[in-house]
Amino acid sequence: MSDRDETASAVEIRNVVKVYGTGPGAVRALADVSLDIRDNEFFTLLGPSGCGKTTLLRIIAGFEQLTGGRVFLFGDEIEGLPPNRRPVNTVFQHYALFPHMTVAENVAFALRRLKRPEDEVRTRVGEMLELVKMSALAGRRPLQLSGGQQQRVALARALAPHPKVLLLDEPLSALDLKLRHAMRVELKQLQEETGITFIFVTHDQEEALTMSDRIAVMSDGEVQQVGEAEDIYERPINRFVADFIGETNFLGVTVESILGDRATCKMADGFAIECDAVGAPPPGAAAHVSVRPEKMTLAAPGDGGPACRVKRLVYLGTDTHYKVALADGAEVTVRVQNAHEKSISFRPGDAAMLRFDAGAAKLLVD
Amino acid sequence: MAGGPPAVEKSSGRTAGGIGRGRALLLTPAMLTILVFMVAPLCFVGVYSFLTPGTYGGVVWEFSTEAYIQFLFERDFLDETLVFTSSYLSIYGRSIGQALVATLACLAIGFPTAYFMATRPEHQRNVWVFLVTVPYWVNLLIRTVSMLFIIRDEGPLNAVLQAAGIIDEPIRIAYTDFAIGLGLVYSYLPFMVLPIYAAIERFDFRLVEAAYDLYADRWTILRKVILPITMPGIVAGSLLVFVPSLGSFIAPDLLGGGKHLMIGNLVALQFQGSRNWPFGSAAAVILMTLVLIALMVLIWLKNRNRVEGR
Repeated sequence: MSDRDETASAVEIRNVVKVYGTGPGAVRALADVSLDIRDNEFFTLLGPSGCGKTTLLRIIAGFEQLTGGRVFLFGDEIEGLPPNRRPVNTVFQHYALFPHMTVAENVAFALRRLKRPEDEVRTRVGEMLELVKMSALAGRRPLQLSGGQQQRVALARALAPHPKVLLLDEPLSALDLKLRHAMRVELKQLQEETGITFIFVTHDQEEALTMSDRIAVMSDGEVQQVGEAEDIYERPINRFVADFIGETNFLGVTVESILGDRATCKMADGFAIECDAVGAPPPGAAAHVSVRPEKMTLAAPGDGGPACRVKRLVYLGTDTHYKVALADGAEVTVRVQNAHEKSISFRPGDAAMLRFDAGAAKLLVD
Repeated sequence: MAGGPPAVEKSSGRTAGGIGRGRALLLTPAMLTILVFMVAPLCFVGVYSFLTPGTYGGVVWEFSTEAYIQFLFERDFLDETLVFTSSYLSIYGRSIGQALVATLACLAIGFPTAYFMATRPEHQRNVWVFLVTVPYWVNLLIRTVSMLFIIRDEGPLNAVLQAAGIIDEPIRIAYTDFAIGLGLVYSYLPFMVLPIYAAIERFDFRLVEAAYDLYADRWTILRKVILPITMPGIVAGSLLVFVPSLGSFIAPDLLGGGKHLMIGNLVALQFQGSRNWPFGSAAAVILMTLVLIALMVLIWLKNRNRVEGR
């Protein structure tokens, strides 16, 4: 709209609410979601299934109507526009290629609907197939292609009409592991080459961490945290984010005291942990401290950390994973890099001590 | 290791052969039925069409092409000269026209119906399929007679139209070509609905979303995505309506009042009233040939499309 800033975000989502159905059977898919997605950004919506990420994508594409809130595309409100009048295109989870058309015809589909001159269509289809390395198979039908090839055609088809934003709905989930890894790199390259804003939906945190400029972690219809991969991994703002992204250990603690921006927490066995006090509950409250397995090591029993006992270990060559039990019985995973000569220093049954830097512990509200 | 591959090949070959023979056995009852009740009678008809008619029906075993000549020419009573006549050809032309109109009407009614059925929630679809087959519980003859009762001059349809003030006096529906068309559509509509329903039910509606996303409007989605992909069902349904419509004789006989002969009536007449079995057979053979040619053209068109890549 005219009252909005010219340098607006690519996609601006304001207080979006989506409820399916009415009455007691109504399901709330999105509860007051607000997001700003910048131009030229590889933005990922990450969350477990049912968290509302696909619903949000479908709202941007125009397949779902809002229950409440507003959506802007480069400053223009797009609510009410049907999908065929929104300058955004989607790469569908199962590609949805037209089986009765050749690869080239699939890629040309949108351009023909936009009534582009036939020589422009031909040139653009050629460019797109070149871009996704599918020129040699332009005459094939989708059913004659492998999953990875279909994926590339779906990408070329969605990119052909120069969308302002490309929406990708778990596009890698149907591929096998090796191909998935290769496509991650290609997708990221493609985004950088085309300069188009990508909004990528996935439940795979590794995918999100490796490709995204920024990630929005969603759960239960709400955005939990938005940030760069490192922010989200290193500084999760709540227990859900810490748990969902990567692997972590939660140590039960009681908040002892808060002094400035430092909080002191005590574990059940009396060991004190210093951590950042941002968002900490008041002294006396029970909370959890999250420590990533790779930020802990094992040492000989002593005073520098909580006492534990090694229960089992998995030797992985580069790493050794220890499962240890704390005094209160809680299990903790420790991932030790085998950078030193003696790679296995502890055996199941050994008494040991957990060690980690003060900065490694994140105090989280339950 | 050296003996491995051939052994595998041998065993897989044997398995494939075994399954092949087993499957062929499954076909035997159907093949026998077709052979005894279809191929054999067809052969009789083919042979009869080249024989001489008996005086009281039946045939005299004497070769003659008279039946086919009679189809195109009239033999002068006195000097036996042949004069071209189009009366039988026009029956064929009218039948083909009538069958085409009935097929198009069935398609126009059947496609939306099938689309509606196939887009219901899964547990409701079977109910709709069941409802479509309900008319078949009643004998075709009885259904056709009931239709005649409804559309006749003093029938309920005219009464309703008159009461509603749409018409002033009864309009003639019964015993017209329109009535025949109505009867054909009513009789064969399910044959159109069911194959199209099956095709649309298999159709992946995510493709509609994809097309919608790629700037296609509703009409274009129907034309460029739904119709081409469900075309096999449309072709199957059209054949299932067109072929029996072409040879039908109950609807033309009852609803058309026998005034306008169609191929089916012509054939029936030769075996009953006129007792000219060879001519009836020839009429049937000509009909069959026409249908075969139409089918071959259809298959040829389909293959050509496939090669050209649409």
